[in-house]
Amino acid sequence: MSELTLRIEKIKQGTVIDHIEPGKAIRVLNILGLDGQDGRLITVAINVQSKKLGGKKDIIKVESVFLDNEQLNQISLISPKCSISYIKNFKVSKKFILNIPDKFIGLFPCTNENCISNAEREPVMSEFMVISEKPVKLRCAYCSRILRF
Amino acid sequence: MSLERKDIISAKQFSREELEYILNWAIKIENDKGNYAKSMQGTIMATLFYEPSTRTRLSFESAMHRLGGTVIGFSSSSVSSVKKGETLADTIRTVAHYSDLIVLRHNNDGAATFAARCTEIPVINAGSGSGEHPTQSLLDLLTIQQECGKIDGLNIGLIGDLKFGRTVHSLTYLLANYDINLFLISPHSLKMQNRVMDYIQGKGNVKIKETTNFIEALPKLDVIYMTRIQKERFPDPEEYESVKDTFKFEKEYLDLLKPNAKIMHPLPRVNEISSQVDDSPHAIYFKQTYYGLMMRKAIIGLVMGVFK
Ligand SMILES: [Zn+2]
Repeated sequence: MSELTLRIEKIKQGTVIDHIEPGKAIRVLNILGLDGQDGRLITVAINVQSKKLGGKKDIIKVESVFLDNEQLNQISLISPKCSISYIKNFKVSKKFILNIPDKFIGLFPCTNENCISNAEREPVMSEFMVISEKPVKLRCAYCSRILRF
Repeated sequence: MSLERKDIISAKQFSREELEYILNWAIKIENDKGNYAKSMQGTIMATLFYEPSTRTRLSFESAMHRLGGTVIGFSSSSVSSVKKGETLADTIRTVAHYSDLIVLRHNNDGAATFAARCTEIPVINAGSGSGEHPTQSLLDLLTIQQECGKIDGLNIGLIGDLKFGRTVHSLTYLLANYDINLFLISPHSLKMQNRVMDYIQGKGNVKIKETTNFIEALPKLDVIYMTRIQKERFPDPEEYESVKDTFKFEKEYLDLLKPNAKIMHPLPRVNEISSQVDDSPHAIYFKQTYYGLMMRKAIIGLVMGVFK
């Protein structure tokens, strides 16, 4: 972070997502619904050198935004193990590594159209078990279809 | 060990110990039929068949009657509640008050898993969409054990459509618990799917041989499990024409077989086994339905906690 903070504005409060898998920052912004139209400060770095990863990484820094569980779960699918820092009064108030949860419930539909979890009017939510983290693979709890990310 | 109150959803749910336990019960009940003829008295089984499968339904219903129980249910989705659009969840919650166990056949993949979550009473999957049909593979396993006298050490060949055939997938999941040589014999475009292969390899018991040469493999096999190759599975109709007769069991192939080799088929058969084979002592596909009844009696009594 240090070499970057020199060049970009500090945020008073908001979120820094670091160690995003290279090239995936735009997808993370999409998950967060951020397109820059609301005027808030967003700094995005794509394919920067990372000493820690021994390669490239992406970074997002966004003002006045904190993440809810659903957003965290979605980000964990496309870039597990990225680090999340919440900033309050220019200081890191909370920092954690984003782990992929064991299960995803109701977050997105099964890709198998004939899966019971896609049946109209059935009181059922999609449910997936994480069977592999790298690469991310999920298995539908109903039809056993495997989803890759 | 106990299967009491358990659902029977997938062939993947069973351990080797559970399989032996179920097979032993099936044989025990058969050897002492008279003693078990009233063991399900006072128990009601619901057979909810959203898509017709007369053979499977009759097998379950006969099994229940032979154990002294009674049966309610429907045999197609043309019944009024389904037609009026009642959800599967609502039907299951209602029927759970009328019956003590539910046998479900449904057109959606994963329907049995969902149904089992809607009720406390046991649910037996009698086929969900293109997914699994575990009691069919359990009866196949019982057939192999009874007709060959063992399962470990056998050379078992699965022939035909190994890509889409749900019975071969479920059977493979069960066989993965045994030390066997598994011959996967199919046209290139209908090879066994990776997810099934991964499961077998993960269990680490089975030696796998994949081949497209049916006749070359035949003399090695103890069990020849034939399945149907359907024209609509081929992207290219010419390819179907080129393989359709290659994976058909002809009368003259009987001479190639080991003396005690057995020919099986999940039925209904169309033309993948010549009818001239039917009278051969190698052909046991009609006997499989007898083992089906034995197996379903065992499953019903075990999940109801009556056999223990
Ligand atoms: Zn599914």
